[in-house]
Amino acid sequence: MAMVTCTKVKKAYQQDTVAVKALDGVSLSIKKGEFVAIAGPSGSGKTTLLNIIGGLDSADSGRIVVDGNVLNTMRQSQLAQLRLHKVGFVFQAYNLIPVLSAQENVEFVMLLQGVPPAERRERARAILDEVGLGGMYDRRPAELSGGQQQRVAVARSIVSDPSIVLADEPTANLDSKTGASLLEIMKQMNEKKQVTFIFSTHDQMVMDYARRLIQLKDGRIWEETVRKG
Amino acid sequence: MFLQLGWRNIWRNRRRTLVILTAVVIGVWSMIFLGALMRGIADQFVRNGIATLTGHVQVHEKGYRSDPAVQNSIENPARVEAALTAVLPPDAQWVPRVRVSAIASNARHSTGVTMVGIDPPREAAVSFIGGAITEGRYLESDDPYGIVVGQALAERFDTHLGYKLILMSQDTEGEIASRAFRIVGVYRAEMEATEKQFVFVTLPAAQEMLRLSHGISEFVVLLAEHGEADHVADTLRAELPAAEYEVNTWQEILPMVSAIMKIYDWFIFLWFLVVFIAMGFGIVNTTLMAVFERIKEFGLLKALGMKPWWIVRGVLVESFCLLILGMAIGNAVGFLSVLVLSGTGIDLSALAAGMEYWGMSRVIYPHIVGQDVLMANLVVFILGLVVSLYPAVKAARFTPVEALAHT
Repeated sequence: MAMVTCTKVKKAYQQDTVAVKALDGVSLSIKKGEFVAIAGPSGSGKTTLLNIIGGLDSADSGRIVVDGNVLNTMRQSQLAQLRLHKVGFVFQAYNLIPVLSAQENVEFVMLLQGVPPAERRERARAILDEVGLGGMYDRRPAELSGGQQQRVAVARSIVSDPSIVLADEPTANLDSKTGASLLEIMKQMNEKKQVTFIFSTHDQMVMDYARRLIQLKDGRIWEETVRKG
Repeated sequence: MFLQLGWRNIWRNRRRTLVILTAVVIGVWSMIFLGALMRGIADQFVRNGIATLTGHVQVHEKGYRSDPAVQNSIENPARVEAALTAVLPPDAQWVPRVRVSAIASNARHSTGVTMVGIDPPREAAVSFIGGAITEGRYLESDDPYGIVVGQALAERFDTHLGYKLILMSQDTEGEIASRAFRIVGVYRAEMEATEKQFVFVTLPAAQEMLRLSHGISEFVVLLAEHGEADHVADTLRAELPAAEYEVNTWQEILPMVSAIMKIYDWFIFLWFLVVFIAMGFGIVNTTLMAVFERIKEFGLLKALGMKPWWIVRGVLVESFCLLILGMAIGNAVGFLSVLVLSGTGIDLSALAAGMEYWGMSRVIYPHIVGQDVLMANLVVFILGLVVSLYPAVKAARFTPVEALAHT
């Protein structure tokens, strides 16, 4: 079953008087539980594609379906609901809420979903334990290293059992050891919870971890590789 | 957690929060304190008016108010006395008076005054004169030639205790009536004009001098509460024939005082608005700065699935925390400063001449009115949240992609 289907997706940005094509007719299909990397040089359109799949941005044309929802026809409030319940995000710059502790950051999405406090607390602590941050529940982002912050971000993205996690260059700000450890955690989550992971990256290590690699260039898919085993 | 988040967010920039908090505290304090001060002035204004021989309700012979001549006195006071006894609440006081215009003179000076004939012990419970003697003594019931004069009049006449003062007026038959009194007491009043205008003699002395027999110029009623005046006046009107008697409340006798009270109400409200407008700009500015500093964060919140309304609510919660804290401190400081000054009052005797022109007392006692405090807090709270809506809506309008790309 396809978790994400993009058909002839186009997106252009206006830069002064010139229209720059970010995506130029991208079509792809990603199945549930896949661990996919979208790679390409800067400006190739990978972040734009991720944003469109996540409902953060809209396509100029084409059709995008995520877990059975046709994004093109959805209103902003519906897209917000979709992001809240079905999509988890991991950003390059961690993007944690600085005034909340690690646990509170993880709880925040569940708070928006209306999960009761006791259950929120239990689930947040359990997932922080899983990503190796047991005992650091009360630390604020400023008291954590970059790798630890990104683990909190991964915990936040996964804690509400989304259908899909979109990670925009998650290892870009991490050293290779920390990056590898983070990828290992995400891979474990992918295998354990059968959550679909889609990364945008130009980090070779991330590409090596991915089971499927989609390479973009000038807004088009120019190569796709599926690793076996 | 939203409240916790809002609370923590306002302390992200401690110095900025303290600055705007100080503005809110000063604003709320000034609303409460200056509101209480204005109420104190207005209250004193009414008290002075009522205590300076006006009382809450007055009964006169029909026509006396338009022509306060001795011929328009109440000839049959027993009828009014019976009505007063029947109608007034038990805690009310009433006094009969003779009140006529007269010429006061001594060897050096003469001036127009109002001669007031009073029943000394009863008058002391109704008007200011009982507690206003600063030299000599108060009148006694049997004091046919004793007179009490104001300090300002005594100074102007260059006269003293024990000296004579001649009063001259017109009696009931239109003849000139005069009598020599001896000054037994000097009083001080809130206003110098009062000291110059009123001289007090006993009721029998005035009646005798004016050949009034048992005639009375006015009956004055003092009630426990200002607000009872209308009801008591209506009841008295029902008891006394309208063709013979006039019953008036203090608002009717002192229309300027009533008008000034209304002006004060508006003045206080306008003061609240002016303070708020100054404060409101500070709140908008602070909240806008806080919002623009966190554009990326709002992008994140939207990406996580927060609806625009939730973001508006989040920003409003921050303003709520700021306003509640500022209001709590402002109220505490306001109440405390009023409490400290309500005992001793604020002595403005240095400005007495200028203040007297406005009918104000020498000492002002700030007086908190619950309704004013409620209005001040509601103005700050509701308008504070309303002006915070602008930055809140701005925060909600950032698109996630733009906001997340913001550096």
